[in-house]
Amino acid sequence: MNITGAELIKAFSAIGAGLAVIAGIGPGVGQGIAAGHGASAVGRNPGASGKIMGTMLLGQAVAETTGLYGLLVAMLLLFVQPLS
Amino acid sequence: MNQAILLSSGAENIDFMIHGLYKFQLFGQTVYITTTHVCTFIIMAFLVIFSFVVRAKMKHATEVPKGFQNVMEMMVDALDGMVESSMGRWAPKFVNYISTIFVFILLSNISGLLGLRPPTADYGVTFPLGVMTFILIHFNQFKHQSGKKIWTDMCSPLPPWLPIWLPINLISEIAVPISLSLRLFANILSGTVMMALIYGLLGKIAVIWPAALHVYFDLFSGAIQTYVFCMLTMTYITQACESDD
Repeated sequence: MNITGAELIKAFSAIGAGLAVIAGIGPGVGQGIAAGHGASAVGRNPGASGKIMGTMLLGQAVAETTGLYGLLVAMLLLFVQPLS
Repeated sequence: MNQAILLSSGAENIDFMIHGLYKFQLFGQTVYITTTHVCTFIIMAFLVIFSFVVRAKMKHATEVPKGFQNVMEMMVDALDGMVESSMGRWAPKFVNYISTIFVFILLSNISGLLGLRPPTADYGVTFPLGVMTFILIHFNQFKHQSGKKIWTDMCSPLPPWLPIWLPINLISEIAVPISLSLRLFANILSGTVMMALIYGLLGKIAVIWPAALHVYFDLFSGAIQTYVFCMLTMTYITQACESDD
């Protein structure tokens, strides 16, 4: 069984894509913390739930960015294949 | 066997790429008319026709709104309120621009529901939006702040006669449009890829339940990202406009 260089690069690109989406751990933790604090804020002041909701979603969407960078790297490795 | 059923439609059905529909030569370059252009023009045509219809209806608007006029006034009120709440006294100058990009991005994001490929899932659409925000930020900064204040801000943690921190601040300024556009692009692209994978790989059993995923990936994610893009644009512009020194 002969493995050519191009096939090897494809295989490692797939592994690299898998490793790149590990970046999703960070935003997951961050969004969870934001949601938890949002829930406790609503518990303390239920009247401001609308404003808390908006702020929480905004912060979560911004925190999501780093995870999306990992996703983009994985996409580039899988579909654009810059290394092969 | 299970795998055979699941993958029976084959991996070649997965399709979320941008396709060139028509190509022509321009100044020695091959230029493609892609699906992004077509979808953008469909959305633009919809918006233009819609605005003309609304304008025709509003010609004989009544004092007490009812029906169609009521809905339109609610939409405009909501957009005005959003801009007003985060820009304060600068709101009247920017409400038109923010409302325009809000409506355009929102329709682009949810156009995945109608079978179009969302134009915002193309970096060539979101990057110009980010660059427009960037230009607005710096135009307003130079308009409302003195050169001395801008220089002091650029060297910010250190005193202005010691510009060691300047390159770092310049990079963080340039990162603003890139991170704004990549956030929108990657969110919509991930939704598009997910739906393409589901329809491509599970074609036989993807009957009704993908509707729930459409609600999340297209409606919820699209609306949130639209809101975030406009909110960050407004925050940056307001920051650039404040000249309280």
